[in-house]
Amino acid sequence: MIWNTLTYTGWGRVHRATAQVARPERISSLAAIQADTGAPAIGMCRSYGDSCLNDGGHAIDMTRVDRLLGFDTENGVLEVEAGARIGDIARRFAPDGWLPSVMPGTGFATVGGCIAHDVHGKNHHGAGSFGQHVVEISLMSGGKLQKISPSKNVKLFRATIGGMGQTGAIVAAKLQLLPCKGDIMTVTERRIENLDHFLEALDNSKSTYTVGWVDATAKGEALGRGILEEAETGYGLVPDAKRSRAVPFNAPGWALSNPMVRLFNAAYLRRVPERGRTSVKPITEFFFPLDKLLEWNRLYGKRGFHQFQCVVPVSEAAVLRVMLDQIGNAGLASPLAVLKRMGAGRAGLMSFPMEGYTLAIDFPNRAGVEPLIAELEEITKNAGGRVYLAKDATLDPSHLMKMYPDLHKFAKLISEIDPDGMYETDQTRRLNIRSHA
Amino acid sequence: MTDTWIILGGTSSMARAFARAVSRNGAQVLLAGRDMKDLEASASDCSLQGAIAAEAIRFDARDANTFAPIIDNASKLEGMINVAVFVGSMPSQDQIDADPSLIAGTVTDNYAGPATFLQMIAPAMEERGGGTVVGVGSVAGDRGRIGNYVYGSAKAGFHTYLSGLRNRLTRSGGHVVTVKPGFVDTAMTWGIEGMFLVATPDKIADDILKAVEKRKDVIYTPGFWRLIMGIITAIPERVFKKLSV
Ligand SMILES: Cc1cc2nc3c(=O)[nH]c(=O)nc-3n(C[C@H](O)[C@H](O)[C@H](O)COP(=O)(O)OP(=O)(O)OC[C@H]3O[C@@H](n4cnc5c(N)ncnc54)[C@H](O)[C@@H]3O)c2cc1C
Repeated sequence: MIWNTLTYTGWGRVHRATAQVARPERISSLAAIQADTGAPAIGMCRSYGDSCLNDGGHAIDMTRVDRLLGFDTENGVLEVEAGARIGDIARRFAPDGWLPSVMPGTGFATVGGCIAHDVHGKNHHGAGSFGQHVVEISLMSGGKLQKISPSKNVKLFRATIGGMGQTGAIVAAKLQLLPCKGDIMTVTERRIENLDHFLEALDNSKSTYTVGWVDATAKGEALGRGILEEAETGYGLVPDAKRSRAVPFNAPGWALSNPMVRLFNAAYLRRVPERGRTSVKPITEFFFPLDKLLEWNRLYGKRGFHQFQCVVPVSEAAVLRVMLDQIGNAGLASPLAVLKRMGAGRAGLMSFPMEGYTLAIDFPNRAGVEPLIAELEEITKNAGGRVYLAKDATLDPSHLMKMYPDLHKFAKLISEIDPDGMYETDQTRRLNIRSHA
Repeated sequence: MTDTWIILGGTSSMARAFARAVSRNGAQVLLAGRDMKDLEASASDCSLQGAIAAEAIRFDARDANTFAPIIDNASKLEGMINVAVFVGSMPSQDQIDADPSLIAGTVTDNYAGPATFLQMIAPAMEERGGGTVVGVGSVAGDRGRIGNYVYGSAKAGFHTYLSGLRNRLTRSGGHVVTVKPGFVDTAMTWGIEGMFLVATPDKIADDILKAVEKRKDVIYTPGFWRLIMGIITAIPERVFKKLSV
């Protein structure tokens, strides 16, 4: 059968959709499906909110279209089908001295999903966004396949990168990989006292890969304390990555209650000795630390969780203090909070990155969380920042135009390509994107 | 020396997973099937996964003319010749009830076609004194059930054929593994109701590879299907005929 009625969620599990889902294994079946019924393509549903959902409609699951099509050992350009997972590509090519130029925090994200949200990694300050390393995309729209690139149909190319699937299905792409020394990482961790110290350390970091973990429960003097991780690729021998384990059931509510999170965070901070430490790890453990624990999203219980991620310009760094203050006072944060310096690199009309600082925090879906996130979104907007749509399930549509200045261009283009809105998702409908055409 | 794997029905997701697995072990792979464009993409994938060489080649279970060129091609390669049969088709029992002439094609796809191919290649395997045949049958072949007894009976025929071929190839050092998968999450079962305990193609491929290494004769994959089918086949016919399992 082509269509299977499935109920599924994004990674945050707050919203669910019941949709007719097709899962082609071949390009010819994808063409037949699209010619019959246009529907948004989806990947591994590692976006948190509703960007992969199409409740009451159709969706095309691309995860079975996942082959490596060609690799040029001279220049490091990999051609790969869109359903291939970033972590699998990293594991395959790192021993040969190549890595995807940009990797998000989960290896389960597909190439298609990484393009469609123009994802960033721990090297964004140097390497830019995922889309900046995409040499060519094979895009299927209305059952027809076309190749687009920075030199061929660049308008469509820039709308497809970060385009949330709204221009059609990404079938395959050519990616410029990045030379690396090997498949291990040398990681240096240092304790950070407070927010000012954090921003300074992020600004001064000379490492290729840099990421900060923030204790979002800390207040007062300690506000913004955390751990800075800096890393480089290397070669040598380390034990294999640990075997993955799955979270067997939904965790009870108290597991992530405020006192538990405070205890956990304090212990997590102390793990790193006061004078810091350097260690070596398999690449996957550094890039995808959470992937070892399969289905860890169940730790947030049946009601799921939200992730709020924003970026604010460097000159507005002060608002981070306001945000962390509100988060600390609300007592709703989970241990997962990340602070990073971003460069200016972005490749699509709707790409998230901007030069500045990005803060990402998980919140269990409890009373008070959505109003808190709404406040954080308001602060972000007023600071001239952006909310990341790959994580979003709550953004007020009226904020969108200010955050995404190319919205109008994007909306116009997709309305031309897809006048009937067959690629719309719950997110594009909620944000009313096409109304900006 | 590098061994060759001929993979019949190379476009199925189980075949793809198995081809990847043998490629990672550095085999030479011949992917045989009908959708050449798709097979070529899979051949590229196999090469990049570690296959010494990978090639797409035409095979149609219903067209015996496509068989000899594959055998010629494999005979030119050094090392042992191995064959994995993933071909098959499963029209629903309803479709067959409406059009009984579909039976001939079902039997050809699941049994007569692959058996003819294996019969033709057996001498080349014997000559090299080894090699393994993996024949993918189905738990549906263990007992005729109201839901899909035509498909099941074709697979049963194939099982019996494989057991005879095993008897034959053993004498020259070769081996035959009969694989009986339960429900597998493939395009063939996508959206069909009543599936349970569904396994991924990767899991099946992994089980098959282990069975090849250990020279197992008949495997159920996942393994618990041996138990399930043990119970189903133990039910007396006078009871079974009234059930709709
Ligand atoms: C633990 C974790 C850590 C993460 N860390 C980061 C990070 O560091 N940086 C970052 O940027 N992101 C991060 N993310 C977010 C994630 O990288 C993105 O949401 C990514 O888009 C997920 O890919 P996916 O294949 O699961 O896509 P899905 O969630 O399935 O889909 C996301 C969007 O992409 C579209 N899409 C998917 N495949 C295709 C295709 N083939 N053709 C056209 N459109 C398609 C969908 O329509 C949808 O709009 C993280 C997520 C998790 C769970």
